[in-house]
Amino acid sequence: MSVLVYTESEQGSFKKVAFEVASYAKAVADQLGTSVTAVTINVDDTSELGNYGVDNVLKISNDALQSFNAKGYAEVIKQAAEKEAAKVVIVSSSADSKYLAPLLAVGLNAGYASNVIEAPTNTAPFTVKRTAFTNKAFETSQINTDIKIVGVSNNSFGLVEHSSSASAEDFSPTIAELGVKVESIDKATDKVTIADADIVVSGGRGLKGPENWGLVEELASVLGAATACSKPVSDLGWRPHSEHVGQTGKPVASNLYIAIGISGAIQHLAGINASKVKVVINTDPEAPFFKAADYGVVGDAFEVIPQLTEKLKAFKAQQ
Amino acid sequence: MKILVCISHVPDTTSKINFSENDTKFDTNGVQFVINPNDEFGLTRAMWFKEKQGANVTVVNVGSPDTEPTLRKALAIGADAAIRVNAEATDGFSVAKHLAKVIEDGGYDLVIAGRESIDYNGGMVPGMVAGLTGANFVNNCIGLEIDGTAAKAIREIDGGKETVSTSLPLVIGGQKGLVEESDLRIPNMRGIMMARQKPLTVADAIDIAAETTSVKFEKPAPKGAVKLVSAENLDELVDLLHNEAKVI
Ligand SMILES: Cc1cc2nc3c(=O)[nH]c(=O)nc-3n(C[C@H](O)[C@H](O)[C@H](O)COP(=O)(O)OP(=O)(O)OC[C@H]3O[C@@H](n4cnc5c(N)ncnc54)[C@H](O)[C@@H]3O)c2cc1C
Ligand SMILES: Nc1ncnc2c1ncn2[C@@H]1O[C@H](COP(=O)(O)O)[C@@H](O)[C@H]1O
Repeated sequence: MSVLVYTESEQGSFKKVAFEVASYAKAVADQLGTSVTAVTINVDDTSELGNYGVDNVLKISNDALQSFNAKGYAEVIKQAAEKEAAKVVIVSSSADSKYLAPLLAVGLNAGYASNVIEAPTNTAPFTVKRTAFTNKAFETSQINTDIKIVGVSNNSFGLVEHSSSASAEDFSPTIAELGVKVESIDKATDKVTIADADIVVSGGRGLKGPENWGLVEELASVLGAATACSKPVSDLGWRPHSEHVGQTGKPVASNLYIAIGISGAIQHLAGINASKVKVVINTDPEAPFFKAADYGVVGDAFEVIPQLTEKLKAFKAQQ
Repeated sequence: MKILVCISHVPDTTSKINFSENDTKFDTNGVQFVINPNDEFGLTRAMWFKEKQGANVTVVNVGSPDTEPTLRKALAIGADAAIRVNAEATDGFSVAKHLAKVIEDGGYDLVIAGRESIDYNGGMVPGMVAGLTGANFVNNCIGLEIDGTAAKAIREIDGGKETVSTSLPLVIGGQKGLVEESDLRIPNMRGIMMARQKPLTVADAIDIAAETTSVKFEKPAPKGAVKLVSAENLDELVDLLHNEAKVI
């Protein structure tokens, strides 16, 4: 009857979202008066999960699941849910979780609510608040099925620490045919990804050309931030598609979003609005982004960015 | 190859979002509807399969008669036939169930849907369709090639991309990259004329209980005014981000 949470990892270490969904699962378990069971895939040391309220861990170690496979992962999480007779299953809003959750929902005959931003407002009927219309609205939604799957929006619930310890047991579910096979992965491993980043530095057409992105990258590197861009910038081929953020690009829900030379079109804002603090740097004081931002600098990116980078370097050196 | 492209009929990306009936319904007053952008990329890729590999392309929407202009637009872009399932799209699961029925009845090899719809943002219909029909599933798909029953797809992952191999029957959740922005087509006069002759079949709804119910909508609280910092005084910005916003 425990609440089951899928805690994601990469190369044997938990991703930050794992601790956020664990914190969320603990909140749901408290509401329901039950415990939290986490399911992990190919993680040796799972003790860290105890710090976020997990009571028990089902550890799956399986070479066939070395690289992510939605069907395979959904299948083993399903078996974990059945073993625990879980009525609530928590996943994140990472690309992987969003990929596997609908398959899991079909497998468990469970209703699934994605992009959920708070602990349930009620557990009977099971009621959650989620974002809809690409962050232009919130929707209160009820899940009517016996088993419920909640996809928690990244960086919405936050981390809640608990000083408990999580016991672990090995779990060996059976895996059917995977159907989709990874042939190759092309990924910059030394860069912070938009999905994981606390801070995102994003550039628009105001930066004039790809040759000027050094400025953006240097600022990002001082802040330990990921780099992103507006849609025209990726359409023009100045930056890869994977950096395009907005309604039709990647969603951003960082703590800090710095927009440089981006006008703030509604489609751009929709995709980044979930970020907590927004800073805009733009020569045009009438740019719509100023209406959506918390802090703004009216100025030329080519003057402001190098200075800001220097100031931040000095600030970091003092810390 | 028989391709089914799932078309979600959504408010234009610039629409102001309002609600009616005590904040329980999306207010469609004055709202322009369009083909969901992710589906437009998928439809364009389907046209490529039609022109280069002789595929037959059907578009489908689960929705009320109001969505027919959107389906006609897809026909004008070049789809061969359209199906509207006459059911209100209440939740992702019931939409997926209806689509699964269309797929079983029509025997489609490839189902192209979008990564997510920009209205409901469920991101669940394609995966559920794959789960219900037992087809393979590739999400966040930014490249697709089919050779016989073998498929090679590229999908976006955090920080990069991966190439996967799989086989038909296949469902994809597509997005920008599947084709370039500049490849998107605007229906021309000839396409619009031809679309009038193409079949748009209305299929009956089946009886499905929704798994999730929308109770209420609300809009985010209005935002406070921006704090402007002079470009000559960026120390202040650093200070605000550290001491006030506490984000660095
Ligand atoms: C269906 C659809 C979906 C879309 N989806 C997205 C999406 O997901 N993401 C997205 O970003 N866009 C999206 N768009 C595009 C969006 O409407 C805008 O066209 C786009 O966001 C504009 O990009 P930009 O701000 O970089 O460029 P511009 O609008 O050209 O703005 C450039 C800005 O830079 C400023 N500037 C110029 N020089 C300088 C300088 N030296 N220093 C500082 N500032 C300077 C200018 O004042 C201006 O505000 C979509 C559009 C459609 C129709
Ligand atoms: N009512 C619908 N009719 C047809 N296809 C749909 C419908 N709703 C969603 N889809 C498809 O499923 C994708 C993802 O939608 P969603 O799960 O709502 O985010 C869309 O891009 C469409 O391809």
